[in-house]
Amino acid sequence: MLTTTIIQLFVFMLAAFVGVQTINRIPPLLHTPLMAATNAISGISLVASLVLAGGGEGLLATVLGATAVGCAMANVVGGFLITDRMLSMFKRTKTAVVDKAEDDTSSAVKS
Amino acid sequence: MTEIVIQLAYLFAAFLFITALRALGRPDSARRGMQLAALGMAVAVAATLFHARIVSYEWIAVGAAVGAVAGYPLGMWVPMTAMPQRIALSHAFGALAATLVGVGEYANGFLSGATLARTTVAALGLEVLFGGVTVTGSLIAFGKLQGILPGRPLIFRGQNALNIVLLAVSCCCLVWVIVYPSHVQVFSAMVTLAVLVGVLFVLPVGGADMPVVVSLLNSYAGLAAVATGFAIDNNILIIVGALDGLSGFILAIAMSKAMNRSFTNVLFGAFGSADTNMAVTAAAGGEMTPTTVEDAALRLAYAERVIMVPGYGLAVSQAQHQMRELGDLIEKRGGDVRYAIHPVAGRMPGHMNVLLAEAGVPYDKLIDMDEINERFVETDVAVVVGANDVINPAARTNPASPIFGMPILQVDDAKSVLVLKRGKGRGFSGVENDLFVDPKTSMLFGDARQSLLELGLQVKEA
Repeated sequence: MLTTTIIQLFVFMLAAFVGVQTINRIPPLLHTPLMAATNAISGISLVASLVLAGGGEGLLATVLGATAVGCAMANVVGGFLITDRMLSMFKRTKTAVVDKAEDDTSSAVKS
Repeated sequence: MTEIVIQLAYLFAAFLFITALRALGRPDSARRGMQLAALGMAVAVAATLFHARIVSYEWIAVGAAVGAVAGYPLGMWVPMTAMPQRIALSHAFGALAATLVGVGEYANGFLSGATLARTTVAALGLEVLFGGVTVTGSLIAFGKLQGILPGRPLIFRGQNALNIVLLAVSCCCLVWVIVYPSHVQVFSAMVTLAVLVGVLFVLPVGGADMPVVVSLLNSYAGLAAVATGFAIDNNILIIVGALDGLSGFILAIAMSKAMNRSFTNVLFGAFGSADTNMAVTAAAGGEMTPTTVEDAALRLAYAERVIMVPGYGLAVSQAQHQMRELGDLIEKRGGDVRYAIHPVAGRMPGHMNVLLAEAGVPYDKLIDMDEINERFVETDVAVVVGANDVINPAARTNPASPIFGMPILQVDDAKSVLVLKRGKGRGFSGVENDLFVDPKTSMLFGDARQSLLELGLQVKEA
């Protein structure tokens, strides 16, 4: 039990370092999409909610879990859609634009 | 065997998430990166469905269906001007999910009669603490940004003292349940306190401080996810939570720097910043010089270099399209147009960038503060739309001013300044703005959207 916790602390620390390095490189231009993106990604707490909702461990846990699934799912679907919508708006000056296929919006969200 | 596959799927998802965040470093790779992240999410969720603890799928399906139906409009229908409140709302959703999982897991452990391990209870406790604060805090922030609650700070005597006491008591509760994991009353009290603290901490925050608060709530939501990861032994939650938490934290620090607040001020002071509301009169008195649309348009039409300076007023009057049209018209006549973006212009980090990108302004014309400040000297006309404190020269010249020291857009360096303003009122901080009474500044009063529209028409005819 204790060793697991220690390993998790290592994971946390290393992820934090990666986070600092990565996020510091993101220009202020994209700070709003960054917030929307981290919101979408943090919908990964869906995996915890799924286990609670499907665990069959009493009505209370199931209802709480199902509500959590709903909230997390709303963040995942809404978050990825809105990030994609926002990012699709950022374009270069016309001369430099290499317009990629516009219709790949639909592939943005598969979950 | 299944367990290994699930963990590998999580590993793959974590890899894609970090790749996505790296891709966000550049606007041309960002979109593809996020699509990969969506794939990662799908893989992780699909793999979880095979988890050994899951025995039935009915409730999962109900929750997922409701969530997806609620999520679609949140993603596709929300206008860009409403982005700050939309983000605040999704912080609330994310944190609510974490809090409910925390309560549910605790109830499971408690009802099943098994003894809860202290480390698990510690993690669950932190989860509901961070989660609870974030849920109500974000909802209050949402209410303020949406205009359901008054945007001005709501303060009462002894507020800070009360907040600190409540926070201290909830921390004591946390220690208590770690020592006695089965004391369910204390756990419930802790949840209640966290929820209350969230409300009380955000109520006193005024509108212009929202970028810091929204970022901080982002950070707390991430930390709640980290705690969930520790509680249920799930590495991907720890990784994603850490990324989320740090992203919010880094943004909060960046925002506080742009408002000239110290590090501790971000963590504690931002919430008590109502003090800045005192009115300080500017050193130089003087009259504002009003102008007409015709005069202003004529100057714009023959200007060689123009810089647009958008502020929150642009978002309020939803005038981003009109601003871009005016810019296009000036460019068509041979003028050079740039857009100056102050880091805290608007109500969240990057707010102005998204608005102008929506209106179709290419992102290489959206210039950050440090870079554009050198250009004001050789600018013929700087057009200020709905910005006030972020261009107030008192921040550089008047040590008595409450905003002294805050980095600003040096609009006063430009050869002439045109300010579009609704009325003669003060900015958020209640500080008079010397720029408005500067002899080279002319004021065009009225709704920003209408003014920009008329300016555009006149420039076309000039």
